Formats: sequence, structure tokens, C-alpha cells
Amino acid sequence: MSNESRVDCGRRRLVVATAAVGGVGAITALVPFVSSMLPSERAKAAGAPVEVDIGSLEAGQMMTVEWRGKPVWIINRSPQMLETLPKLDESVADPKSAKRMQPDYCQNEVRSIKPEYMVVVGICTHLGCSPTAKFKRGVEEGMDASWLGGFLCPCHGSTFDFAGRVFKNKPAPDNLEVPRHMYLSDKRLLIGEDKKGA
Amino acid sequence: MASNTNFEKYKSDGSLQGNLLEWFDARFPATSLWRGHLSEYYAPKNFNFWYFFGSLAMLVLVIQIVTGIFLVMHYKPDASLNANGIPVAFASVEYIMRDVPWGWLIRYMHSTGASAFFIVVYLHMFRGLLYGSYRQPRELIWIFGTLLFLCLMAEAFMGYLLPWGQMSFWGAQVIVNLFSAIPLIGEPLSVWIRGDFVVGDATLNRFFSFHVIAVPLVLLGLIAAHILALHEVGSNNPDGVEIKKKKDVHGNPLDGIPFHPYYSVKDIVGVVVFLMVFSIVVFFAPEGGGYFLEYNNFLPADPLKTPPHIAPVWYFTPYYSLLRAMVWPLFGIDAKFWGVVLMGGGVVILAFLPWLDRSPVKSIRYRGPIFKTLLTLFVIAFVLLGFLGTQPPSYAFFGVIPGAPVAQLLTLYYFLFFLTMPWWSKIDKYKPEPDRVTM
Repeated sequence: MSNESRVDCGRRRLVVATAAVGGVGAITALVPFVSSMLPSERAKAAGAPVEVDIGSLEAGQMMTVEWRGKPVWIINRSPQMLETLPKLDESVADPKSAKRMQPDYCQNEVRSIKPEYMVVVGICTHLGCSPTAKFKRGVEEGMDASWLGGFLCPCHGSTFDFAGRVFKNKPAPDNLEVPRHMYLSDKRLLIGEDKKGA
Repeated sequence: MASNTNFEKYKSDGSLQGNLLEWFDARFPATSLWRGHLSEYYAPKNFNFWYFFGSLAMLVLVIQIVTGIFLVMHYKPDASLNANGIPVAFASVEYIMRDVPWGWLIRYMHSTGASAFFIVVYLHMFRGLLYGSYRQPRELIWIFGTLLFLCLMAEAFMGYLLPWGQMSFWGAQVIVNLFSAIPLIGEPLSVWIRGDFVVGDATLNRFFSFHVIAVPLVLLGLIAAHILALHEVGSNNPDGVEIKKKKDVHGNPLDGIPFHPYYSVKDIVGVVVFLMVFSIVVFFAPEGGGYFLEYNNFLPADPLKTPPHIAPVWYFTPYYSLLRAMVWPLFGIDAKFWGVVLMGGGVVILAFLPWLDRSPVKSIRYRGPIFKTLLTLFVIAFVLLGFLGTQPPSYAFFGVIPGAPVAQLLTLYYFLFFLTMPWWSKIDKYKPEPDRVTM
């Protein structure tokens, strides 16, 4: 091929058009492969609500149930635990729960339907570790002296109070998520569904 | 053109092997590849200790591929629980360790190989820093190298999920959640990566697929590109001078010696020493004191309970420290997004080294006190960041100096080292480079 040979514009247009059509075809062929990595129908169907009996949960105790593969904590908060919440309004990042990390019926001072029962997804909003309960005060839990009790995420040190509110200047950006839930009776709880549906 | 067929180029001497080779050479570039990449690839004659690590990285790759092939014969990527309530994947690793003949050895070679790979690669990269091996005309070799490093990290990370222990599970949980920090697309992206709303069976299966086939293929392709680019421009050396500038009458570099047999034999010495150390670890300390195989990973994955202290394997900890260093939101975006940016940036910034370094000389032998001081500090910072990454965020040196602010300062230094390099590398003193390499 010599350098003097002139570009055949008609042929070049055809080459460009062919390459473009071929390229669109190749990209389209990616769709099934990329989509196959999305959650399958079975995975999507696996999110059934979970019924829990909280009758045996004593004040000051917590229990963990699995819902959609995640730990959900139910904490029966004692009056002493509830007393700590207003004191921490200055220390937590979102004291009024302005960000929608909870259903509307839990957007209150204690982030729950009944003040004593806290229902919350036990997954740190930073990078998804499950925080550890540090219910005792201060140095007893290996925390600093001002610690009033709550949760510590072992991965990156985010801390949360008894309402799952994240403390300021911690890696976690949001309060812990409160799942949709409702009381079927006084001591029976359904997690994953409320009166409006799942 | 007819006179240039391969039949003419590689003439047989008439012997049987000669005839056979001639037949091959007429149809396949056997002799020309051998000469171009081995027997007539001229490497500088002044290679030292630091030049072992490239070939050692290849050796570890071979160890990983061979042991990996045999592990796959017995391993099952299945997160469902068996009759004893143990995840099948976890149980299959225990089965390899206890019931498969020599399975323990193959598994320990593979797990130790992962750490060995990073030791060797970190030293290989440090050699590049010492002698300016990333400088013009070797920028592309260095960029391929950075991509190889990223691939190796992906390979190691996905492999670490497969035993389905507590560290496997929660490590994957954390790293996949990193992607959810990206504004707007983050959440759907992390669901797409996991194939589920939590790390589960779908995640385990796809990581297995990526670990045994997809990433190794990319790795091999990049290695080919890395070496082809190297053999195109020729190796750098501890003096950082171009040996191709001084050639003999045959056009071969005066300071070059054929890679084979000179460096192939030299590298065998490195291989022997490496295998001695490697064997000691495999046979006597395969867990590496909890650094090569973390103790929490001997517990099966429990999606409901994070171990009280989780940390990545040692080779990720410097970057993990960068991730943890960022605790303040910026421009209305969460701190965790910026942590991810720092972590990714910490690796990606390496690729820009060829353009950040403005020194007139390449090798540390001729560079000034600023470079020597800052590089030493960089190594110390990197090691300390790595150490802090293995510790919980509440760690304090000697119980008094809190680790978290130290890690933040070191993170700042890590980036300033690179970002201010164009300035300090220019004003630094330097000695004139010699014309020829020194021994």
C-alpha cells in the first residue's frame, strides 16, 4: 500500500457503518451475561417476613433473628437504657432521625413503635459488619469513661447508642436501619412487613 | 520475499535435531522466540539481589496455578449447610486438610503461596522505586505492573472468600460494601457484585469462577504484556543508565549479557533460596502466626455475628489503613466514599509515578538526600500503615499514643510523597550518572 493512495470515502463510510453495527451487536450480547449476575428469582423470593415471639425477652436483653440473611436485633430496653438517649442528642450525628433509615412510624425519639422494644437491622451502615453489644457503661466494656452503653462496630470503630443512632465523627454515615415491622399481638412481632405491606 | 522464508533463515546443520528444528522453525517462531527472549536478550550485567523478585513472582504464579488445579478437584463452592450444620465449602476445605492424601500440603502451599506472592511482588515494586525502573521509556511496563498488582489483589481477595470462614465472609462483606459507597450507582452495583442482597451462595460461586478462571486469564495476559514491553525496551539496572547507548560491532549492548544462560542460572540460585524459606513456612508455620491464615477463619462463616476483631490478611492492611483513615464527610458525600477513594487512589497513584518523578537521574545511587530521606520515610509509613491495619481502630502504641490519628498522619504522608514528588524530585541534589554500568 503506498502512502499516495487516496482514501475511498464511500468504502470508509461502509467500514465505519459495519463496525458500528457490529459494535452495537457485541455490546447487546453482553446484556445476558451482565444480567445473569443480578439476584436470581429465587434470591429475590427469599425475603419472606419472619415472625418472632418476644415474650421471654427480659428488660436489658437482646435477641438476634435472621431476616433476608441479615441479623435483626430485638432489644428490650430497660428504663436506664432509655434514659441515656436524650443525653446523647448532642453526640450523635442524626439525633432526630431525619434521614429515612426507619419507617415513618419509627421516626421518633426512641426510633421504635413501643419505646422499650427496639427492632433494628444489626448491620453497620459503614461497610456491613455486625456491631457488638457494649451494654455496660464506660471502662467495664473497654470503652472510654463517657460511654453510656450501645454498640461498637468491630471493623472500623463506629459506635451506636441504644436507638441505633450513630455517633458523630465515625466512619458509619447513617443510623442503623429499622426494618418494617408490626406487632401481631402484644408479644408477637412480624419483621419485614407492616400494615402497608411488605 | 521468496528468499526470506523461514526455510532459509534457520538452516539445519544436517543432524536429526537440526532437521527437526528446521521443520519447526519453518512453521513456528521457535528459534526466534528463544533467541529474542532468552539466548539473545541482552540484560545489563550489573543486576543485583533486587533483580531476583521478577522471576520469583513467576515461580510463585506457577506454584499457585498448579496447587490451585489440584485444590479445585476436591473443593466445593457451596454455602449451604451439610448434615452436620457446617457450610459445604468450609467442610470441603477441612476434608482437603484431613482426608485427601497430601491435601494439607497442597492447601498450605496455596495459602502460603498467596502471602509469598505479595512479599515477592512488594519487593519487586520496591526495586522499581529504588532504581527508577518506571522512568521513560519503561512507563508502560510500570503501568502493566500496576494493573497486575490490582489483578493480584482481586485474585487474592476472591480466593480468600472460598474457605467460607468467618474472616472470608466478613472480609468479603466489607469489601463488596465498599462499592455501595459510590453515589447513586453504589447500592445496585454492590447487589450486582454479590448476586444477592447479602454475601451468600451466589457470591461464593461467582468468586470461585473469577478466582479460578477469569482473573488468572487476565493475569497471564498482563504478564505477557509486561514482559513483551520489557523485552522491547530492555531492562533497567541498578545504575539506571541505558545499556543500549553503548553497543559493540555486532550491535549488542557492551554492558549486556544474554539472559540465558547468565541470568537463568543466577535466578536458579534465587529459586533455591526462596524454596528453602517457602518450605520452612509451609511445613513449620503455615498459619504464619495468624498473618497468613487468620485464626478466625478456622470458624465457619456466620452471617449473624462479626468476629470481635476483623482485619484483612496482612498484604491488604496498608491499604485498609488508608480506607479507615477517612472519617469526615466532604462535599456532602459520606466519609466512607472518601475512604474508598483513598484506598483505590493509593494503588492507582502508583501508575502516575513515571510522570511525577522529575529527577534528572533514575537510580537511588545518584539521587540526593531528599529522595533518600523521603523514600525511607515512605517505607516506614507503609510498614506502619500495614501494622495499624492489622490492629483494631482503638489500638494505641505502648498504650498511650492512639493509633487512629497516627494512621491518618501516615496516610497524609503516603499521598504527599507522591503528590509533591514533581517538586522535591526536581530540586533535590544529584550526582552525575556514569556512562557505563558499574559493578
